[in-house]
Amino acid sequence: MSDEKLYKKIPGTTVFDASMASIGFHLNQFCMSLMKAPNRERFYADQKAYLDEWPMTEDQKQSVLDRDYNKMMSLGGNIYFLAKIFSSDGISFQDAASTMTGMTLPEYAQMMLDGGRKPTEDNTYTGDK
Amino acid sequence: MAKITAGVATSHVPAIGAAIDNKKTQDPYWQPLFEGYEYGKEWMKEQNPDVVILVFNDHASAFDLNFVPTFAIACGEEFKPADEGWGPRPVPNVQGHPQLASHIAQTVIQDNFDLTVVNTMDVDHGLTVPLSLMFGEPENWPAKIIPIAVNVVLYPAPSGQRCFNLGKAIAKAVESFDDDLNVQIWGTGGMSHQLQGPRAGLINKEFDNDFLDQIVDNAEELAKKPHFDYLNEAGSEGIELVMWLIMRGALNDDVELKKRFYHVPASNTAVGHLILENKQSRK
Repeated sequence: MSDEKLYKKIPGTTVFDASMASIGFHLNQFCMSLMKAPNRERFYADQKAYLDEWPMTEDQKQSVLDRDYNKMMSLGGNIYFLAKIFSSDGISFQDAASTMTGMTLPEYAQMMLDGGRKPTEDNTYTGDK
Repeated sequence: MAKITAGVATSHVPAIGAAIDNKKTQDPYWQPLFEGYEYGKEWMKEQNPDVVILVFNDHASAFDLNFVPTFAIACGEEFKPADEGWGPRPVPNVQGHPQLASHIAQTVIQDNFDLTVVNTMDVDHGLTVPLSLMFGEPENWPAKIIPIAVNVVLYPAPSGQRCFNLGKAIAKAVESFDDDLNVQIWGTGGMSHQLQGPRAGLINKEFDNDFLDQIVDNAEELAKKPHFDYLNEAGSEGIELVMWLIMRGALNDDVELKKRFYHVPASNTAVGHLILENKQSRK
């Protein structure tokens, strides 16, 4: 096995590399457009119509409408770009992160207060078993 | 002659900026974190640097996916706080030092480090949160700032070794600048954190504390740590820690540790902070 993309074996983690950036280019550029207030207004007026202005795949558009961040990342979205969506939605980074873990926000916030998610054999790559 | 006298490392979590801007620093959640920076603020008043070379990363604010420079040095006169989607932070504009920045660019490029030169750039929380932590809330920032932006968003980031060596080249460049300037270098970002996916919230205290130990006295070895170890053990966003190695590379081999602070959590992130003073002149 080549070590070149060993990082793909890290559990629960999508590494945003150049090939993901290529797949997600338009999705991420759409996210950037939300940094401008007039674009945010148009987006919230009709989200589907705004998304249709971008050469994104239907899967990418649907994942945005669903606010399914894990799906967006699997389709080339990068978390710092996707942050423009949840910031525009008025949602905090911690709230958005919790939706990706299957935990509720209070559960997730408590885990962070307790020192965060601890590294274990199950959530780090420890070699091919 | 210009001279690098000290280095500062700190995390740059956006929620820290929001806590300052919304006057929440004395809330029970935030108070222990801000207490860890009290020493630094006093120390900074004594040091009174003329220029800070501030190594940070842009978070899809100034650079979108059209251009992703691995290392960019900002040579402009002035940089505005970026609107990251909730309006710009209410902090002063950042004044650059075009002469020293251009000198560094010219020198290190000829020393085989190909920096991208940027003249206009809005600076996001990666740069302004460290300024607030170290300088408080002044009307104007008391030092000129040379932003150096490092790509840690699009994998791969530059290696730890490359960052460490770039730091050494920056120090040489600063020392060949004629004006007498007291220069500091700051490395920002980290520590362990993962903002994405089912593993979001990962914090590795052992990794972080080992990093804090090694960057002081064993940085040559630390610089060899491969990317994979950062991603796997410190979380996908923990890779930001390579930026601390630019700071460390720019300091002398022998440094005096003036402050060490570690706190969990700030939002999703482990916060680390170091102040290092150069002990003697290089070699």
